[in-house]
Amino acid sequence: MKPIVKSSEELLPHLFRQEYAKMTAVLCRHFGLAHIELAEDIASETFLKASENWPINGIPQNPTAWLYTVAKNKLKDYFKHTAIFESQVKKQIIASPISDQQDFEFDPKIIADSQLAMIFAVCNPGNPMENQICLALQILCGFSVGEIANAFLTKTETIKKRLLRARNQLRKDHFRIKELNEKEIRQRLETVLRTLYLLFNEGYFSKTNNQLIRKDLCSEATRLALVLTDNPLTKTAQTYALLSLMCFQSSRLEARTNPEGEAILFEDQDKSLWDNALIEKGNYYLIHACSGAEVTKYHLEAGIAYWHTTPTDQKKWEHILQLYDQLILIENSPVTALNRLFALAKVYGNEKAITEAEKVNDNHSNSYHALLGYLHAERNIDTAIEHYQQAINLTKSGTEKKTLIKEIKRLTKKKTHNKII
Amino acid sequence: MKEFALIFRLNNTTDFKPSPEQMQERMNWLAGIASQNKLADKGNTLLPTLAGAKTVRPNNVISDGPYTEIKEFISGYIVIRTDTIEEAVEIAKSNPIFKIGGNIEVREVLKRD
Repeated sequence: MKPIVKSSEELLPHLFRQEYAKMTAVLCRHFGLAHIELAEDIASETFLKASENWPINGIPQNPTAWLYTVAKNKLKDYFKHTAIFESQVKKQIIASPISDQQDFEFDPKIIADSQLAMIFAVCNPGNPMENQICLALQILCGFSVGEIANAFLTKTETIKKRLLRARNQLRKDHFRIKELNEKEIRQRLETVLRTLYLLFNEGYFSKTNNQLIRKDLCSEATRLALVLTDNPLTKTAQTYALLSLMCFQSSRLEARTNPEGEAILFEDQDKSLWDNALIEKGNYYLIHACSGAEVTKYHLEAGIAYWHTTPTDQKKWEHILQLYDQLILIENSPVTALNRLFALAKVYGNEKAITEAEKVNDNHSNSYHALLGYLHAERNIDTAIEHYQQAINLTKSGTEKKTLIKEIKRLTKKKTHNKII
Repeated sequence: MKEFALIFRLNNTTDFKPSPEQMQERMNWLAGIASQNKLADKGNTLLPTLAGAKTVRPNNVISDGPYTEIKEFISGYIVIRTDTIEEAVEIAKSNPIFKIGGNIEVREVLKRD
């Protein structure tokens, strides 16, 4: 194998996404969330120092350890030299005890605990879901404002506003990480799982073409879900079901886009690219998710993902349709309805699905038209093209547009071919 | 929906420790049930080792191990959720335990509550 030589320009952004959030989380344990900026400043300065130092002196043998040592020293400096901060800390000590600076360490246990506390702090039900996800991306995953804007296909200004609002909300609540008790954890777990689910989907169904960001999003969400399974309070059946879903979906990450970032339809995917280790992990977590009577949307979605990774079973689509039937009872969303129709078409044929689809009549949705286009493609090419055209007009995603245009070209060719015959 | 316990039995304690391949086969089987939303409880394995198994009988008679006369022991259980016992039996049929001479007892669960 060739040794992988990475330049610091390549390594740093990745390390930043990976370590910045952990560092901030641990630092926040000492400052409290009201002073999250201080924690972020120290983390940022640490990376700044790395970006200045590494190109000159070369990448240290253990880059992560280097970063943590610098962060630790910076924190010590803070405590020593910043008189203003010192007085703030003293005030804080009266209000709530801040842990002794002496025990400040970046060991794996403390990182995991701090991150867990951080996840729960960020997933504050007082914030709208969108803002929560933005904040989670920034604080938990170390994404820059630009990267978040890219992932959401929104202007950086909008993201900045969302983040500001979300942070103000957190501050208003005087939220302190240490105060989380068992009851609060149980109450918030659902919101936390929901945020991680959306975080993962943001990567998996991302509007951005940037492959690296997509994969980082998915792996970050999975990593955070894994942190939840380390704690007895948070490793519920629901958590395992979500983790299972993430593993099954991630197993197909490599196969579902081509190098240009265009989506490859499920049937055309190169199955040898599927990651078997992840599929097995998905199986393992799915089994762990089945203890007790609880069946959540994550259970059902994990089940659906399981059948997608098991191409040999003859009754695959029957199983998938059944799961969608149950899912739609738990959460009736347009996306679920359309996916159910796709499964229905596979089991009972396109005609039946078209009749059902017309009942849904979701004319403003690009996915609705894309599905109708697909369903009509076999028998009625003109109608199919019409729907695809509407889908193109409605979608905001560049990759989807490309895929749809390709499909129209294919159908037009087929049409002329039919005429010649 | 009814619930059925599938009780696994083996004849030979040496079969108890599965090979990685057998383990994987079992996991696949279980995941298949879970992904039909028919696994009510992933159940547990019951250890057949001398140190981990005793049988208590009347008059304070206690013997080692899970068995005395018949050389058959329960190795574990799961609970599944199906409409009929026939469907539960169909699911049981595809378990890899039969390859090593084990058997499965299917029993409807009567809930206490």
